[in-house]
Amino acid sequence: MSVLTPPRSAQSGPPSGRGARRAPGARENFSAWANRHRKWLFAAPAMIFVGVLIVFPLAWTLYLSLTDSQGSVRAASEFVGLQNYLTVLSDAERFWPAVGRTLSFTGVALVCEVVLGMCIALLLWRPFRGEKWVRVAILLPLVATPVAVGMMWRLIFDPNIGFVNQLLGMVGIPPQPWLSGQDTALGTTIFMDVWQWTPMVVLILLAGLTSLSEEPDEAARMDGANAFQRFFFITLPLMMPTVIVAILLRGIDALKTFDILYATKGKGGGSFHEVETLNVYAYGLSFDYNQYGLSSAVLILFFMIIIGSMWLLTMRKKAVSK
Amino acid sequence: MTVLTGNTENTEDTETASTARLAPAPRPRKPLGTRAYKVFRVAALVAVVLFLVAPLFWMLLASLKTNVDIYDTGKSLLFTPTFENYANVLQRNNYFVFIFNSFWVAFVSTALSLVLGVPAAYAMSRFTMHRSALVVLMARVIPGVSLLVPWYYVFSNLKMVGGFEVLILSHMFVSLPLIVYIMMSYFDSLPLELEESAQVDGLTPIGAFRRITLPLSVAGMATAGILSFIFSWNNFMFALVLSGSKTKTLPVAIFDFVSYASIDWGGLMAAATVVTIPIMIIALFTQKYIVSGMTAGATKG
Repeated sequence: MSVLTPPRSAQSGPPSGRGARRAPGARENFSAWANRHRKWLFAAPAMIFVGVLIVFPLAWTLYLSLTDSQGSVRAASEFVGLQNYLTVLSDAERFWPAVGRTLSFTGVALVCEVVLGMCIALLLWRPFRGEKWVRVAILLPLVATPVAVGMMWRLIFDPNIGFVNQLLGMVGIPPQPWLSGQDTALGTTIFMDVWQWTPMVVLILLAGLTSLSEEPDEAARMDGANAFQRFFFITLPLMMPTVIVAILLRGIDALKTFDILYATKGKGGGSFHEVETLNVYAYGLSFDYNQYGLSSAVLILFFMIIIGSMWLLTMRKKAVSK
Repeated sequence: MTVLTGNTENTEDTETASTARLAPAPRPRKPLGTRAYKVFRVAALVAVVLFLVAPLFWMLLASLKTNVDIYDTGKSLLFTPTFENYANVLQRNNYFVFIFNSFWVAFVSTALSLVLGVPAAYAMSRFTMHRSALVVLMARVIPGVSLLVPWYYVFSNLKMVGGFEVLILSHMFVSLPLIVYIMMSYFDSLPLELEESAQVDGLTPIGAFRRITLPLSVAGMATAGILSFIFSWNNFMFALVLSGSKTKTLPVAIFDFVSYASIDWGGLMAAATVVTIPIMIIALFTQKYIVSGMTAGATKG
């Protein structure tokens, strides 16, 4: 508890008596000053911390993206204007495929997670026996360390000894390459993302469902609407704001996915860059090839994509909430 | 919303009116589902649980097998369990050090983030500083790589790379926005009147925060703290770049079992289990908090 109290200097003295007697004038004045400015006294430390750790590096990244910095950040670099952006935007070999993979990874994963999440949330909506166990099961993937999860799926999807191919073998389907295949790798990583994060969507949607008022649903039931009609015409429209919040929260993280991709396919998203998303690409440019100027340009563009998609979703949410 | 509630009331009124007129007994409510639906629901729930738990179970099984058994597909379920992999991970690869590193970084970064984040969240909630809150929440949106290059440059110049301080600072970057986000929605739901009456009784505003609001938000702080601990424990990218051989955290240390030529599957699965188990135990005991934290603010619209 003592850790959680604000810094000494920010605390007021005890409300009466002791403090005032010990140091009358100064103490009272300081306390009064602190109380008057508590808004910024409370908010400033966190904001300064985040500002220093974010705003300044972001400004630096923006600057780096306009230079030809490479090799070592310490090495002299020259200002090249928008050259890096032109290079990146005309790069059909690595950049544009990475954009495509980022968007398709996020899009497909989100659709699967929201649809599956909604189905599971509806299953859990009404109370039932054994509810506790299902909740535990839902929590497990959510808290599991993503890198460990990646390693786990790597074994399960292994073409020779993996459990998935063993299962397929039982029903007579020949072994598939999964992660090692150039065409199947991205889909397989999407599957892992769905396994790990659908529970998150379930939790959010379930919270939304339980806070819905029962009355519209009851009314529709009385009017003779069947379960599907009630879901599509009553529950779903009422749930739309929550669904969009879930998409927003999950979408931000899905766009930035790194751990699972790195754990399963390694540097550069595999030997053919088959799972190289923008995040993996930028990481490789920075820390494997030390192309700081180029990677900064990629990052700024990536950041703009993220902000853009969030803005679109927020607009949509406002429209839905009305 | 208001329109819908209005409609409902109308329907209910006519409903009660008609039942009162036509039949003395209220119309029996339709049961929640048919028998077929109930069977379907149980089957679906079992499938969901299996889908979520089976892979973890498989990882646990593999960690108890020798590498020979892992390669023998005939021994998928029937094998002689061995703890050799765990002995290998914990003793020869010195995982106790990595466990300590992970714990220490997660613990300190969470504690510091609470110290900074709770008052900030309070101020942002009470004074509706939405624009300031946005600055802190931006941290959730920015791709971490874009911060790593400048950080790496500055911290290596300060000779801090490879030390605990830099890891703790970078993990606070994950924890702080999370804590501010959760605590803001917690403070939003706390009635203002409690504090106001404390101030009427003679406490200063800060005194009221310290003596009334803080004690009342212990549950919220537990939620925020536990989630922040978990996210810091699981964080990989920052430690990958900023940790040294002595400060390596568990998610980075797992890669010791993957070499260019081959993978020590048994060891790798034991290592993965060692990373996951502590966090799962914490999660099982604090379920309620985790769920409320993950859904904080999500349903307010």
